[in-house]
Amino acid sequence: MKSFKIILFLLFFIFFNFINVFGENTKVDEISKNLRCLICQGQSVYDSQSEFALSVKTLILNKLESGSSEKDIYDFLKSKYGNWIVYEPEFNNYTLILWILPLFLFIFGGFLIARKVIINRKEK
Amino acid sequence: MRLRLPFILLFILVLFIAVIFYQSLFEEKNYIPKNINNKIENISIKEFNTNNNFFLKNLIEDKKLIAINIWASWCMPCRQEHEHIKKLSDIDNLKLVGLNYKDKIQNAENFLKEFGNPYDTILSDADGTKSIFLGAYGVPETLIIDRELKILKKYIGPINSQIVGEIKNLAN
Repeated sequence: MKSFKIILFLLFFIFFNFINVFGENTKVDEISKNLRCLICQGQSVYDSQSEFALSVKTLILNKLESGSSEKDIYDFLKSKYGNWIVYEPEFNNYTLILWILPLFLFIFGGFLIARKVIINRKEK
Repeated sequence: MRLRLPFILLFILVLFIAVIFYQSLFEEKNYIPKNINNKIENISIKEFNTNNNFFLKNLIEDKKLIAINIWASWCMPCRQEHEHIKKLSDIDNLKLVGLNYKDKIQNAENFLKEFGNPYDTILSDADGTKSIFLGAYGVPETLIIDRELKILKKYIGPINSQIVGEIKNLAN
């Protein structure tokens, strides 16, 4: 009886998991997860139920149906609302520091640690 | 020498942060994107309550500018700004177009009956996608567009008498 319950539970679990996968994994969801909702900052277009976000989702669906690629859609929205609408900032003059600084700090930090270790070894 | 280098770096960092914070004090609180394409495609939009479609370029006719006012009957600030929208209809060189946003036709008609209809033409944006072509965020919003379909001004939120004056100057 106990094993039957466990199997039943697992079946339910797998069943709902599949519903989840088929229900959510559409192209519109995928794209809208990468877009920032501009009037409800802190939420993605996918998460938000604001009129703006709902319109953007409808637009994405229309564009996909008319044969636009994912990149076309991002480019279109960027041309209308600026780079801020996409979560991943593109590499340009404005975002140079943003991309380079972490790498620079990583290398610089590594260098400091290495130097410290070498000095410590020499002292020993 | 050993102490001085981290100290200088720290000083530069603090100075850098202070300058950025100081500059941010004077920045606009709302986010307005800078390098956007201000030119709108010549899209066609359905007329409100008819089956006619209008291309934006044909709407302007012999006028100098178009003002597109995005409104909805369910939007409270739209009621506030309606008095000022009426003043825009008196400007000679301006074609005043209303874009009814995600609204029920009956409610929108009641709104116009109650507050008056100042628009030369009313278009309908039932699913909100046309507003995205205009780069709009929601209601109310007013865009001033020239004959080449370039957005000259974008007023997010309800307009006031000062903005009406600004638009008058642009049109004359």
